[in-house]
Amino acid sequence: MTSSREEFFQGITTGLPVFFSYLPVAITFGLLARTGELNIFQTVSFSALVFAGASQLIALNLLSLGVSIPEIIATTFLVNLRHLLMSASLITRIKETPLLPILGLGVTDESFAIASLKPAPVSAGFLGGLQITGYLGWVVGTAIGFGAGQILPEILRQAMGLAIYALFIALLAPAAIRSRTVFVVAIIAGGINWGLALIGLEQAGIRIVLGILGGAAIGTIMEHKGGREN
Amino acid sequence: MRIYLLILGMALVTVIPRLLPFIALKIDKIPSLLRVFLSYIPFAAMGALIIPGIGDSIPESTTAALGGTIAATLIALGTRNLLLTIGGGVFTSALFLLF
Repeated sequence: MTSSREEFFQGITTGLPVFFSYLPVAITFGLLARTGELNIFQTVSFSALVFAGASQLIALNLLSLGVSIPEIIATTFLVNLRHLLMSASLITRIKETPLLPILGLGVTDESFAIASLKPAPVSAGFLGGLQITGYLGWVVGTAIGFGAGQILPEILRQAMGLAIYALFIALLAPAAIRSRTVFVVAIIAGGINWGLALIGLEQAGIRIVLGILGGAAIGTIMEHKGGREN
Repeated sequence: MRIYLLILGMALVTVIPRLLPFIALKIDKIPSLLRVFLSYIPFAAMGALIIPGIGDSIPESTTAALGGTIAATLIALGTRNLLLTIGGGVFTSALFLLF
């Protein structure tokens, strides 16, 4: 039996890859926010209150295009709808505590993916440590990007675009090698997202939700027919 | 003022989907078939987040993105280490951008 303190610190250690994969994206956000004429307080509040990478970058882009505030908020809603599915999946694997709802605030793609690959039940302390580490990376990276983003060499800044994807690969590849069902689920979900993009469905938020639903449905059917192999 | 309205609005619509299942779903009342479905959400989500986005992860060079992707996959399978995979993938992409 590990104490909740130990679980919290284990969450922090496990969260370090999330911290490091958020830094470059957050730095990019800070840099772009500055060129988009947000001040430091607005920029850091953005990351501290919204804590959603993709939609924050999209929002900056839409702001620069002169899109209205309600439209940007509606877009954000669609982009983050996928977290509804992730939170629903996550709660089936967490130990129940009175603090549980607070943990919902910190659900991101990356902390969700890491917590999901940990054997259940995941403790609230672990999840909290994991989420706080990612949150710090996101907020600190934003401030660094605003203040000193220009110092980074161009090539490194470009190459760091891969960081978050590399984290997903690190989580997914070993699981997909072990289980054919997992492999098929991931490919189907990605295929749906890509296919819908190719036929011109522009809202990435909707494409991703449909991809997740389709992939998880295939997984459920495969498991129902043949049993789970992993 | 506009920016603060935007931040608050975005914070609200981001929190709702994250929080709703934590408040509304009764964990022990979820039917077993739905549980199976939910257990595949992580892998489906990672698939949909990687494909096709990874191809545009480095807008300046698709080659660098693909080179980094292959390196990251090999390192992930060889080491099962998250930080090494991130570092190795980014480093490989940087090499592609340099040469």
